[in-house]
Amino acid sequence: MNAVTGLPMSSRTALDELEQHDAFSGRHIGPDAAEQQSMLKELGFATRAALMEAIVPAGIRRQGVLPLGSFTAPATEHEALNRLRRLADKNQVLKSFIGQGYYGSYTPGVILRTVFENPAWYTAYTPYQPEISQGRLEALLNYQQMVTDLTGLAIANASMLDEATAAAEAMTLVKRMSKSASDTFFVADDVLPQTLEVVQTRAKPLGIQVKVGKALDAAETDCFGALLQYPGVDGEVRDYRALAAALHTKGAAVVAATDLLALTLLMPPGEWGADVAVGNSQRFGVPMGFGGPHAAFLATKDEFKRSMPGRLVGVTIDSQGKPALRLALQTREQHIRREKATSNICTAQALLAIMASMYAVYHGPKGLKTIAERVHRLTGVLASGLKQLGHAPVNATFFDTLTVKTGADTAAVHRAAEEKHLNLRHVDASHVGISLDETTTREQVQALWSVFAPKAAQPDFAALEKQAAAAWPAALGRRSAYLTHPIFNCHHSEHEMLRYLRELADKDLALDRTMIPLGSCTMKLNAVSEMLPVSWPEFAHIHPFAPESQTAGYREMVAQLEEMLVACTGYAAVSLQPNAGSQGEYAGLLIIQAYHASRGEAHRNVCLIPASAHGTNPASAQMAGMHVVVVACDDNGNVDLADLETKAEQHKHDLAAIMITYPSTHGVFEQGVRDICDVVHQHGGQVYVDGANMNAMVGLAAPGLFGGDVSHLNLHKTFCIPHGGGGPGVGPVAVGAHLKKFLPNTRSVGYVRDAAGIGSISATPYGSASILPISWMYIAMMGASGLQAATETAILAANYLAKKLAPHYPVLYSGPGGLVAHECILDLRPIKETSGITVDDVAKRLMDYGFHAPTMSFPVPGTLMVEPTESESKHELDRFIEAMIQIREEIRAVEQGKLDREDNPLRHAPHTAEMIAADEWKHAYGREQAAFPVASLRKRKYWPPVSRADNAYGDRNLSCSCPPMSEY
Amino acid sequence: MSKIPADLKYTKSHEWVKLGADGVATIGITDHAQEALGDLVYVEPPKKGRKLAAGEACAVVESVKAASDVYSPIAGEVVEGNEALNSAPEQINQDAYGAWLMRIKPANAADVAALMDAKAYEKFLADEAH
Repeated sequence: MNAVTGLPMSSRTALDELEQHDAFSGRHIGPDAAEQQSMLKELGFATRAALMEAIVPAGIRRQGVLPLGSFTAPATEHEALNRLRRLADKNQVLKSFIGQGYYGSYTPGVILRTVFENPAWYTAYTPYQPEISQGRLEALLNYQQMVTDLTGLAIANASMLDEATAAAEAMTLVKRMSKSASDTFFVADDVLPQTLEVVQTRAKPLGIQVKVGKALDAAETDCFGALLQYPGVDGEVRDYRALAAALHTKGAAVVAATDLLALTLLMPPGEWGADVAVGNSQRFGVPMGFGGPHAAFLATKDEFKRSMPGRLVGVTIDSQGKPALRLALQTREQHIRREKATSNICTAQALLAIMASMYAVYHGPKGLKTIAERVHRLTGVLASGLKQLGHAPVNATFFDTLTVKTGADTAAVHRAAEEKHLNLRHVDASHVGISLDETTTREQVQALWSVFAPKAAQPDFAALEKQAAAAWPAALGRRSAYLTHPIFNCHHSEHEMLRYLRELADKDLALDRTMIPLGSCTMKLNAVSEMLPVSWPEFAHIHPFAPESQTAGYREMVAQLEEMLVACTGYAAVSLQPNAGSQGEYAGLLIIQAYHASRGEAHRNVCLIPASAHGTNPASAQMAGMHVVVVACDDNGNVDLADLETKAEQHKHDLAAIMITYPSTHGVFEQGVRDICDVVHQHGGQVYVDGANMNAMVGLAAPGLFGGDVSHLNLHKTFCIPHGGGGPGVGPVAVGAHLKKFLPNTRSVGYVRDAAGIGSISATPYGSASILPISWMYIAMMGASGLQAATETAILAANYLAKKLAPHYPVLYSGPGGLVAHECILDLRPIKETSGITVDDVAKRLMDYGFHAPTMSFPVPGTLMVEPTESESKHELDRFIEAMIQIREEIRAVEQGKLDREDNPLRHAPHTAEMIAADEWKHAYGREQAAFPVASLRKRKYWPPVSRADNAYGDRNLSCSCPPMSEY
Repeated sequence: MSKIPADLKYTKSHEWVKLGADGVATIGITDHAQEALGDLVYVEPPKKGRKLAAGEACAVVESVKAASDVYSPIAGEVVEGNEALNSAPEQINQDAYGAWLMRIKPANAADVAALMDAKAYEKFLADEAH
């Protein structure tokens, strides 16, 4: 007996249990033990383990627990935060004057809390379903308007991954459009070094020669296009009008890499002859984050629009004739055009583009100009003070950046600056760079003077300030207006801003309202504890090229996360550099090429891709200069082994790789995956396993252990980084031991993993570094057992849904025992035959029920692919099942003639409040049936802000800027 | 059921061909093709004077969710591309056999005769559906 409580010892709970170290997995995983038991019962299994045994092929099952080292045991939310805090404390935040594309910036509090830290914004998916995405579509349209205004070009997309990849995309864009037959792309020698490196990486496999030279000599080179930095990395503001005209005369196109803040004062590139403008919008209120994520931009002239990469928001009308927004010209993109797409980019940087656009909405044109003038004024004062002190800057013209010759004193200058907590740019052994920004103060300017001349008397700040004037060629002052749309001129008070952001967020469906059962997208919980560290200053306010001595905590966290992912994938090494899945794929293919080349087999360039592959695969292969050969799938959706063997044999002398997805895009664990790997290896190829479906494997199987050589992961799917309404993403590339030395470097900033490594894939060594803590936290809190439980529950949930929905909608593909992996495909094609109701109608009708549609028509046209993830409770799964069954009943009513074939609630879905409340109702079905088809909607109803968007109208009448003044 | 006029010739990639009295072949996409693509939003006909091999991709038709190449059914030289479609691609949805894409001067007039007739195309569509 226990003396104090009188309870028998046997029922006393151990302290270890009371501490609840594994508490987080119970929060992350939706269904509790009892719910899981009832779901298993539906499926006829006693335990989750038995279900896994029936689904995951024995030949690929991982033995033992995930080898997560010191992260094997789960940590509570507080324990994990404390552990990460100790790493963060090893970083040092100095005031950065490094520049080179990254600047200090103040994120307005209202944007920080209401956008960046708000699940309504960060848990949304890419706005492919326009009717439930009008809020973020409007924010992204504002972004496009802001970029077109500031660059002086006709059209801009809804963001790119970073300035360097945007420049590389611009290179291929002008290659497609240029009239010149040349294969040479000219890059000015004052382009950001990291941009040049990524451009060189991208050019090589495409057979494009990159020639670097003095900007003003560009026209002397026979080239199809030229990349100019405006202002240059050294700070110089050059007049490129004559140069642009000369390049045009020769049939070459002009790409300007530029700076949005500078363009509030300088003549925009579109006005001096640039055909394309790219750059980074980071300094519009987005933290530097040790390299990302931030939204880059790409703007171009109207003639180039069909050749643009990336997502583009356009204006259309809805079924009621009212304006509605949607993603336009999607036929350019990888999910439709595959290897003929304009790029492989899919996930971009939506959340960060939204922040940058809101920064412009918040400050307005006058506010931005004030910031720019302040930055320029302080730069002017700094320059004249330095001149007085005998350190006149090398550049005569500037906006915010000075280059100073420091000769033999260079190291001493850097040391003195660091002592005052200031970081300067390491230009070379005898020069330093200084870039000012929104956060720079007069005191800091004075501190900089004393860094260069510690013993001299300080220049007279007030006197110099009075003399400071515009320091660029007079002709280059900006004369044209910008941001004149009302949206940029009416939300300057915090209340107005707060309410505008709430108004937009309220229009959208994100995970904070409903499950988002998108197949292949893994819309799982993005826990708040995972998100908190992203805002910590020690992660948020570090320049990507800060000295190593200040970033020890970051690099330790990166190394730990790499090890965690090595454990999860069964590979030998991981690079976190690729800042989207598309970039990880591309990196993986370049690594395969480097491997073949290292063995004297550089000619191997055939990439086998199953017909069911995601469109990004062939698009990436094309960018890597590979020749795509499609492998057939059999009736069960599996790779047709006979066809694979034939094609592997046919191409055995030039086979480079196969790209497979596992479990397959059909949502099934293919039994023959080891055979597929063997066949390809026997014919000299490497196996690329697309990690899009990794959520079905963590802890159960690992691509590196069943035959894969390379994979990319989507940390924004399996490892909890939120989708952000279309980015940020992180797409690490993981490789086997024989490929480790080929992982990407960023040589331009001194990051070299191995001399054999491929060139830089992203602008910075660790890509979107500041969001890596999210995945670190997830893995630390789940531990080995939690991660495996998550995988098993995701598979359980998918099978539960499939089982419950199969009587109503045929499940298209399944493995042995009729079981699926972590997602299932519902076949709606028979329904179209019998009722005329399409997959679109069902997707839109789900909105009336308050749901985001599953993935439409991928990988099979006319189907819905459902992926519930482990994070949805049984209650939420049942709510979705109820909606789908009720919709099936509505379809049956159409089939039976009880509802009209055209005038029915499916064809007219979604129904807005305005439609339902209108005095006039002309439909053959009732308002109540339209808006409240199930009882639970009376308690909780989402009203789509627009009715069905007219896709054809939007593409035929393309408009990608804010509506004209007259519409306000 | 899509329309298949009896007086035209057809390809497996769903183009139709009509050989005129002037020896010039008029080419478009079939009713079946426009139906499969859905509402067309963009058409890029080939430029006049372009020399085409049989089976060469020579035009692009796009709907909101699909993009498709159009292949030249025969070898020849483009006499005219239908520029009117640039601003009104929906004409193809309205009348696939009226809204032609291009006119080609065949390198060898007999090539047209070798293409599928309406009956053969109808059977081809029926087989393809299975």
